[in-house]
Amino acid sequence: MRAVVNKMSLKFESRSVNEAFARQSVGAFVAQLDPTMEELGDIKTVVSEAVTNAIVHGYADKAGFITVAVRLLEGRVLELKVKDAGRGIENVEQARQPMFTTGDDTRSGMGFTIMETFTDKLRVRSTPGKGTMVTMVKVLKERGA
Amino acid sequence: MLHITQAERDGTLMISLSGELDHHAARAAIEQAEDLLVLYPCEKLILNLSGLTFMDSSGLAVVLHLHRTCARSGYEFIVRGAPPQPMRVFEAAGLPQVMIFERGE
Repeated sequence: MRAVVNKMSLKFESRSVNEAFARQSVGAFVAQLDPTMEELGDIKTVVSEAVTNAIVHGYADKAGFITVAVRLLEGRVLELKVKDAGRGIENVEQARQPMFTTGDDTRSGMGFTIMETFTDKLRVRSTPGKGTMVTMVKVLKERGA
Repeated sequence: MLHITQAERDGTLMISLSGELDHHAARAAIEQAEDLLVLYPCEKLILNLSGLTFMDSSGLAVVLHLHRTCARSGYEFIVRGAPPQPMRVFEAAGLPQVMIFERGE
C-alpha cells in the first residue's frame, strides 16, 4: 500500500455545466505535482469523460449527486474516483467497447476508450439500480530527472 | 464556454470553435454548425479548432457528425489546427486515419 500524500473530494449535482467545474477543480488540485501539459490534459479529459457518463447515463432519468475523490499517493501516483448513485450499468464489458453508446448523437461511444488510453488503470464497479464507481490510476513522470 | 464563428469565401465555409468543447457544449455546436451549412451552401467545410482550450470525446461526436453531413452532401471536410490536447483525443480514437487533419489556423 502506498502512503497517501494528499486528498480531496468534490460533491456536486448532475448538471452538465458542472463537467467543466469538476475537471478544472481536479486540474487545480493536481497542479501541486507539477504535471506536464500532456499529463494535465489527460487528467482533465478522463475526469470530464467519467463525469459526463455519470450525468448522461447514471442520471439519465433523475437528478442526483456525483462525487469525485482524488488521492495523491507516494511515488507521484494519482487515484481518481468518480461515483454516482444512478441507475448503474447492466453490462460493463459492453459499455467499455469502443463505439458502444446508448446516448444520442452528441456521444461518440469513445469515453471508456479515452479513459483507458490516458490512464494506467481503469476499474468500473456498477450495480444496476444502485450506481457506478469508476476508479482510475495514473502514474505521473518524475520531474527534473 | 464554447464560441462559434464562421467565415465564407469562394465556396469554402470555415467554422471556428474556441474555448471548451465538452458534452455541455456539444449539442449547441452540432446545431449551430448544421444551421451554418444551410445558410452558407459550400463545396468545402473547414472546421478550425485552433482556439480550443479543451476537448473530450464529445468533440469526437461533433467532428464525426459534420464528417457524415459533408459526406452525404458531397462536401470536402477538413479539420484544421487542433491543439495538442484535442489532438491526443482524436488520435486515441483513430480519427486521423479516416479524415483529413491539417495544421494551421
